[in-house]
Amino acid sequence: MNMLEVDGLGHTYKGKDGLHTAIDGLNFTVGAGELVCVVGPSGCGKSTLLRTIAGLIRPSRGTVSLHGNRVDGVPPDLAVVFQDYSRSLFPWLSVTRNVEFPLRSLSRTEREQRAAEALAAVGLAGAGRKYPWQLSGGMQQRVAIARALAYRPSLLLMDEPFASVDAQTRFELEDLLLRIRREQDTTVLLVTHDIDESVYLGDRVLVLSKSPATVVADLDVPLGPVRDQITTRAGEEFVELRAKVAGLLQGGPVTVR
Amino acid sequence: MNRLTRTAQRWVVFVVAVGLWELLTQLARTAEAPKSFFFPPPSEIAVTAVDLWISPAFGEHIVPGVGRMLAGWALAGVIGIALGILLGRSRGAMAYLGALFNFLRSIPPPLLVPFFVAAVGTTNMQFPTIVFGAIWPVLLNTVDGARGVDATKVETARVFRLSRTQWTLGVVLPSALPKIFAGLRLSLSIALILMVISELIGSANGIGNQLVRAQRDYEPTAMWAWIVLLGVLGYLFNTLLLVLERRALAWQPRHSLEAQALATGG
Repeated sequence: MNMLEVDGLGHTYKGKDGLHTAIDGLNFTVGAGELVCVVGPSGCGKSTLLRTIAGLIRPSRGTVSLHGNRVDGVPPDLAVVFQDYSRSLFPWLSVTRNVEFPLRSLSRTEREQRAAEALAAVGLAGAGRKYPWQLSGGMQQRVAIARALAYRPSLLLMDEPFASVDAQTRFELEDLLLRIRREQDTTVLLVTHDIDESVYLGDRVLVLSKSPATVVADLDVPLGPVRDQITTRAGEEFVELRAKVAGLLQGGPVTVR
Repeated sequence: MNRLTRTAQRWVVFVVAVGLWELLTQLARTAEAPKSFFFPPPSEIAVTAVDLWISPAFGEHIVPGVGRMLAGWALAGVIGIALGILLGRSRGAMAYLGALFNFLRSIPPPLLVPFFVAAVGTTNMQFPTIVFGAIWPVLLNTVDGARGVDATKVETARVFRLSRTQWTLGVVLPSALPKIFAGLRLSLSIALILMVISELIGSANGIGNQLVRAQRDYEPTAMWAWIVLLGVLGYLFNTLLLVLERRALAWQPRHSLEAQALATGG
């Protein structure tokens, strides 16, 4: 079943110096339980794509459907993890309160339970009473992931979620994401400019062209659900796929299956 | 020990200044003029001040004056914060109102005393004068703070479909709080000034009223006592507000030693 369907999606901004088409004629689907990475050159309109799917921007053309319902405004069962965790978290709330904040419609006990579960899932069970600034960048992004998980979205959107942390932490967070989606069967669409990351994380990789972005290739990543930062990245399939994505991004010979 | 050193550091110049003042006024005494009429020594001022403050004047003048100031400041604060958040988050409101507000704010607030005397009478004009003068710093600072909610927080709030109340009280208000407190502190000092000035010009009671009375009765020591009281009140309320601010903004890294340690890599 398709969780997300993007059909003929295009968006044109009206700027000071005329019109700017960020994305155009995008078609793809994301199945339930899939982790799909969108990779594209910087400034190609990845953010615009993510924001139209989230319902934050009304697209100029085409449609987005979440489990069959056309997206018109932010859907109730969608969560986003932004790149800038320090701004996305509320600094005046403790870690637990940050995670509980979007769950206002639930009873107090349920809120507390969900927050505790989500924080445990990201390995922050003991940090609930701290404030975000007392945590390292990687831990703050874990809080943002926990907040999204506690919300129990049908679709989790991630906008360059690991671009602002150091390489070591990025590896940890990537493995954390893989483990969580194995355990919770979350559907994830992750936008990144990092080719290695897209191949390492994705069940599929969507390669976008330069602006206005269109889907250049839709590649399967047959690496299985369990991956390892060292052995997977050294494997032949990984290296081949990475080269292929890199070639596509440079506008090289398109050898799509 | 550290704390003691810091307290000593804070007060040493003050104590030396008062000591010098005492010394100079005592030295100025000569055989012909055993007492400098306009410049009594601080020890004498202190005695008079304590006498005044524990006399019935406390209930008749200090309490009503301070009451008006605090009530006026509080009302200015409530209106300023509520209106400021509303206008700060409204898309076009400040484009229309900005010029008007800046014009009104630029009027030196004491100049409004004659207007309020004419409009509501000498006995009632103190309160509206204080409110009208003290509202601008809170209002404009709140507008500024409410506008400054960063784009990521706006998007986060939209993605998690926060209710209007959650958005206003849970996101905009705390985001604006540091600026609101800066505004409240400015407003407090304006409220103190306006309290005295409005009471100087015309009032049945109050600190300003007593200050003028002391001047007319040629009682410079009493005059100094009231002036000192104003200084003490200003210092006291500012300190109380700072304590309140520190509690309300305890989540801000710069208010904690731990954060300072983190920032300096310690």
